[in-house]
Amino acid sequence: MASSAPELLLISLPQLAAGAGQTLAISALGIVFATLGGVLYGVLATVGNRLLNLLLQVYLELFRAIPVLVWLYLVFFGLPIFFSISIPSFWCAVLVLGLWGASEVGEVVRGALQSLPRGQREAGLSIGLASWQLYGYVLLPQALKRMTPPTINIYTRIIKTSSLAVLIGVVEVIKAGQQIIERTYESVLIYGALFLFFFFVCYPLSAASRALERRWAHA
Amino acid sequence: MNALIEFQGFNKYFAEQQVLKDVDLQVHAGEVVVILGPSGCGKSTLLRCLNGLEQAHSGHLRLEGQELLEPGTDWRQVRQRVGMVFQSYHLFGHMSVIDNLLLGPLKVQKRQRGEAQAQAEALLARVGLLDKRDAFPRQLSGGQQQRIAIVRSLCMNPQVMLFDEVTAALDPEMVKEVLQVIQGLARDGMTLLIVTHEMAFARAVADRIVFMEAGRILEQSDPESFFTQPRTARAQQFLEKFSFVESLPKTLEKELS
Amino acid sequence: MTFDTAFMLSTLPAFFQAVGVTLQVGLIAIATSLLVAVINATILVFRTPYLWRLVKGYVELARNTPLLIQLFFIYFALPTLGVKVSGFGAAIITMTFMGGAYLTEVLRAGVEAVPRAQLESGRSIGLSEGQLLRHVILPQAGILSLPALFANFIFLLKETTVVSAVAVPEILYTTKNYIALYYKTYEMLAVLTLLCVLLFLPLSLLLRYVERRLQHGQFGS
Repeated sequence: MASSAPELLLISLPQLAAGAGQTLAISALGIVFATLGGVLYGVLATVGNRLLNLLLQVYLELFRAIPVLVWLYLVFFGLPIFFSISIPSFWCAVLVLGLWGASEVGEVVRGALQSLPRGQREAGLSIGLASWQLYGYVLLPQALKRMTPPTINIYTRIIKTSSLAVLIGVVEVIKAGQQIIERTYESVLIYGALFLFFFFVCYPLSAASRALERRWAHA
Repeated sequence: MNALIEFQGFNKYFAEQQVLKDVDLQVHAGEVVVILGPSGCGKSTLLRCLNGLEQAHSGHLRLEGQELLEPGTDWRQVRQRVGMVFQSYHLFGHMSVIDNLLLGPLKVQKRQRGEAQAQAEALLARVGLLDKRDAFPRQLSGGQQQRIAIVRSLCMNPQVMLFDEVTAALDPEMVKEVLQVIQGLARDGMTLLIVTHEMAFARAVADRIVFMEAGRILEQSDPESFFTQPRTARAQQFLEKFSFVESLPKTLEKELS
Repeated sequence: MTFDTAFMLSTLPAFFQAVGVTLQVGLIAIATSLLVAVINATILVFRTPYLWRLVKGYVELARNTPLLIQLFFIYFALPTLGVKVSGFGAAIITMTFMGGAYLTEVLRAGVEAVPRAQLESGRSIGLSEGQLLRHVILPQAGILSLPALFANFIFLLKETTVVSAVAVPEILYTTKNYIALYYKTYEMLAVLTLLCVLLFLPLSLLLRYVERRLQHGQFGS
């Protein structure tokens, strides 16, 4: 057993780093899927198809009504039984974070697209643009600035929520920390380190989001 | 002679309200038709039906003999032949002027960049804005943006140009530069459908005046006849609203001028 | 796929109790968070020297770290320093810590959202700063904050599921327990899903309604 705090941290570093890698991997994958899914959601929600809007709303409300942790359990325990497939808990977490994140990002994208002047859509259509060209060349580029700060905030929440993966058995940074605590009993130190780890990952993102919002403030 | 554009028995509803009632209108190639009427009479809606921004409920709409009110109509094709300029110009703010002009020709019509660029620059020069080629819309005045919006539509080589109150949102000193561009197009023989409140302009540029009210066409005639001797009482009342100064007693008129 | 509905019904009393715990934790957390937030917001608005920096630091710390870590710290780490808390206690403390930070942000944003013109007209009719605060700023800040406050209340209620990790017998913990005891995974997950929808969906719809109503009242857009 190590005799001092810094020594202990140094020894535990590889294990913690491996765990942190898992946490960041889950978060990164979740963020990627949430972004892709969210843009798709936002575009589909502004196309104007009533059935589509209804489906998207149901999807949104399902992820709002059921807390993310519950979703984690539903997917982790439910998938094997429902669809007789069992996916590793790592991918359960990624799936849930991606789907939940996509609903949140989707609402941001939808809001941003709808805040553009209606004439942009009409002007684009009037020169013969197809729907995908309209979104790709005209609408999404202009919505980008409005979408970015809130989306970065959602990324922060995805990273924080990835911590829940420990509860379905993923060996990420918290689990790594707990394993070290089992050996060394230095819970204050380790939990403190975990606390700071998340802080130093999330705070820069929050600050960046605020800075961008200030810089791109529109009338 | 067959009409280029033909509305026949055209009807349109917004929810419960009928905004276009049994409209019959023909526009021939090379004609400049100006549509006048009080606010809400449906003139903008009529224009917007022509390029598919609004959908009609019954009747016929033919472009060069082709029926447009069929479910299979490819509006993208129609929109390349029918250009539209809006009251608030709606240039794409995130693109430079030249990119605004080239988007349609390159991405929709798949033309060669060299050819499209040459045309765009020639048209820009014609409206006197070639030096603004690389500027962004937010750096330009309203009049400049509107002229560029017109060029943007022209770059698609349309057969017909629609103008929806294109000077209504401009500061008064910029109205002339835009109207001059439209006049130039009329002189070149392009088919134009114009909705405007600029009476003097309408009188000068139109081949035919169409007067609408409450979704119906009340009167159609040549400009001189319409402005000096309108046939319907409603047209007369409408015109009176625009002749404020002439109808004042002489002394007040002199004081105002 | 058949549901053992008889079993599901037999567990209802336990779940009813669990809902009670969820509401208990949630509502207490909302109340304490609000209290903390009001104090913090006051400090921020009045820029009390030193304290306001402390508040800012607290808000950043609490908002950029996961609830679970905060919870584990309070429940597992503190005892080694001699401070022992029950699962319920840790839950309340942690949720107040986090909730207080979120609500502080909401209140601060609400105060800042009061249009400058309001302050100017208030001062120009001779109101003192204190009167300005009481009659112009706070009421309007309150109304502006309402949708965000309500949204955060719902968020706190939903986050109570996280405290299942320290054995607080709310709905998620109860579900896990029953699954472990009786292996009726399907049925228990179904009950849990149903409870969540019944509890949180109406709140979500209510929030939308509140947002829409206040939107129209505010700036007439």
